[in-house]
Amino acid sequence: MRPIIEIKNVGKKYNITHQRGSYVALRDVLTGILKNPFRFAKYKVKQVAGFEKKEEFWALRCVNLEIEKGDIVGIIGHNGAGKSTLLKILTGITPPTEGEIIMRGRVASLLEVGTGFHPELTGRENIFLNGAILGMTKKELTRKFDEIVAFSGVEKFLDTPVKHYSSGMYVRLAFSVAAHMEPDILLVDEVLAVGDAEFQKKCLGKMEEVTNKEGRTILFVSHNMAAIQRLCPKTMWLEKGNVKMFGKTEEVVDRYLEDAKSRTTDASWMGRNAPGDDIAVLHSARIINEYHESIPLATANKKVGVEFSYEVLKPGHAPVPNIHIFTLRGETAFISHEELDEKLGTVGKHRATMWIPENLLNEGTYIAGIALSTMRPLKIHFYRQDALVFNVVEDIMHSRKMDFNQKIPGVVRPRLKWDHKKI
Amino acid sequence: MKLTIIRPKKTLSLDDFREIWAYKELLYFFTWRDFKVRYKQTFIGILWAVFQPFMTMVVFSIFFGMLLKVPSDGVPYPIFVYTGLLFWQFFSSALSETSGVLISNQSIITKVYFPRLILPLSSVATKFVDFAIAAAILGGMMAYYGYTPELMSIVVLPILLVITFMAAVGGGLFLAAMNVKYRDVRFILPFFIQLLLFVTPVIYPASIAGKYSWILAFNPMMGVIQNARAVLLGTAPVNWVLIGISFAACAALLIIGTIYFKKVERYFADVI
Repeated sequence: MRPIIEIKNVGKKYNITHQRGSYVALRDVLTGILKNPFRFAKYKVKQVAGFEKKEEFWALRCVNLEIEKGDIVGIIGHNGAGKSTLLKILTGITPPTEGEIIMRGRVASLLEVGTGFHPELTGRENIFLNGAILGMTKKELTRKFDEIVAFSGVEKFLDTPVKHYSSGMYVRLAFSVAAHMEPDILLVDEVLAVGDAEFQKKCLGKMEEVTNKEGRTILFVSHNMAAIQRLCPKTMWLEKGNVKMFGKTEEVVDRYLEDAKSRTTDASWMGRNAPGDDIAVLHSARIINEYHESIPLATANKKVGVEFSYEVLKPGHAPVPNIHIFTLRGETAFISHEELDEKLGTVGKHRATMWIPENLLNEGTYIAGIALSTMRPLKIHFYRQDALVFNVVEDIMHSRKMDFNQKIPGVVRPRLKWDHKKI
Repeated sequence: MKLTIIRPKKTLSLDDFREIWAYKELLYFFTWRDFKVRYKQTFIGILWAVFQPFMTMVVFSIFFGMLLKVPSDGVPYPIFVYTGLLFWQFFSSALSETSGVLISNQSIITKVYFPRLILPLSSVATKFVDFAIAAAILGGMMAYYGYTPELMSIVVLPILLVITFMAAVGGGLFLAAMNVKYRDVRFILPFFIQLLLFVTPVIYPASIAGKYSWILAFNPMMGVIQNARAVLLGTAPVNWVLIGISFAACAALLIIGTIYFKKVERYFADVI
């Protein structure tokens, strides 16, 4: 039998524009032409003649893949590896620059729960609207309506506008609609990252149920290794727009985690690659010990610092440094930010260090996301989700584990105060 | 089995129309949504569709009809201006709604695929519902003033509606696509629509321009309004030449608008 999805030589090119974060205004273009007609003409001629080199960026290049009917394939990769781009091309939201994709069967995508939900409309109305947007027919929706409502558990509020819903109810209703699609091919982005743990479990269960029963083919993009391992027998690892590895999930995930471990405890960015906007840019980041020395490994019973340097380019903002610590599996361990202070907004170079106290992190590999954001109004100047990767190891001389020589489970392993009385 | 083939996007082809047909239910749902939302937000509900053109008619009748004594081809001014307003508001509201439709639906555009042409079509459809409601008032006014439409109107009115539709969609598609790239288009547009109102014979008859009235014929909405009055109020015989010119001009506008829209459609999701 022919594969249900064939991806042949697919590539997607973006042109990088240097104007960051703002739209082109017709007014500016027109005044540009009027003020400097010769420069504009020269530029246009160059562009038409092909001299003007545009800066190009291939988000995906030469991606080849064949997926058999009934396969559930996970897609993993670091930020910017092209996961979302691939999914957007598969769904048809954005066309590829080159290559071809053939899909045999009804395709549905779930890049977000509740796409097109309108706050003014009632739950009942939104079921129909959202269903139609996801590609269900009215007949299908009418037939499954009761089932959808029952699964969501919001029967009582069916005729209330969804703007009065709690966020939990909203997500539940939205997911129920999505869960009742009956495509042959389902494309899913990290939608399961929302909702409470209980409901997430229910959704994963529902997805498993339908795939096992009906032989549906699923492509599932996620950062969450636990979900990938649970759902997908096969996994594709994308790196820098290419397929780095495709095969059994265990093998791919192992290699992926191995690779992440060897990544850096010291990073710097230069020029245009530096994360940032017109207000601030990130220069470098590293893991340090209590003497401010760079270290390749952190020790569990010593304090460890996550340090980064950045430059504030414009005054008038109060950008607050914040650091997000994740486990290798993609769960957030914790997030910490500096207290708001006047000096944060001053123009020039800054260095911020977050100290993780001794005896807090467990043994293992952690990822530090580094960010700078102004809180009010909220604006993120840069956020490098996987800026640093570091390992925490046990100091054998001073181990608290005593004779227990396996890894103690848990993200953190704090030394807490205990009270004990003999009674 | 349904076969989907994705390739680098080309421009307009017959497939696009087949696809719109396949997505007709979504077109219906978008129209239904816009209509529902609008009449939920305004407490006087459905009356709003009537209130707007009616109040405009009253104000225009007082100032232009009674005080300024603008000529009205021998027809009572209120019914004269209302006929013009009916078509004008269908055109102008559809045009401005269409031009903003990609921006207002950007959260859907970046998350789900469907033929993007559905969105402008649905916003025109919503406005057509308004038009139909407002037209009922015209019926009432005609009865009040004792006018019966000519038999010809069965043929002419649908043609006029098609012309208005083509003008609004054609212009709207063009502006909608431009709006994605240049975000200030929507701020300039209301001003131009305002200007257009005054160069279209809505509040005055085209005859006011005398021997220069042919200049007004460049405006397709003039042909529509002029002939609507001709068949409904009997102000003049139907001007088939004018209808023909308007039809051709709007058809050209629609084709150009659609081609341009399709041409930039490929990067909507990347830019928005």
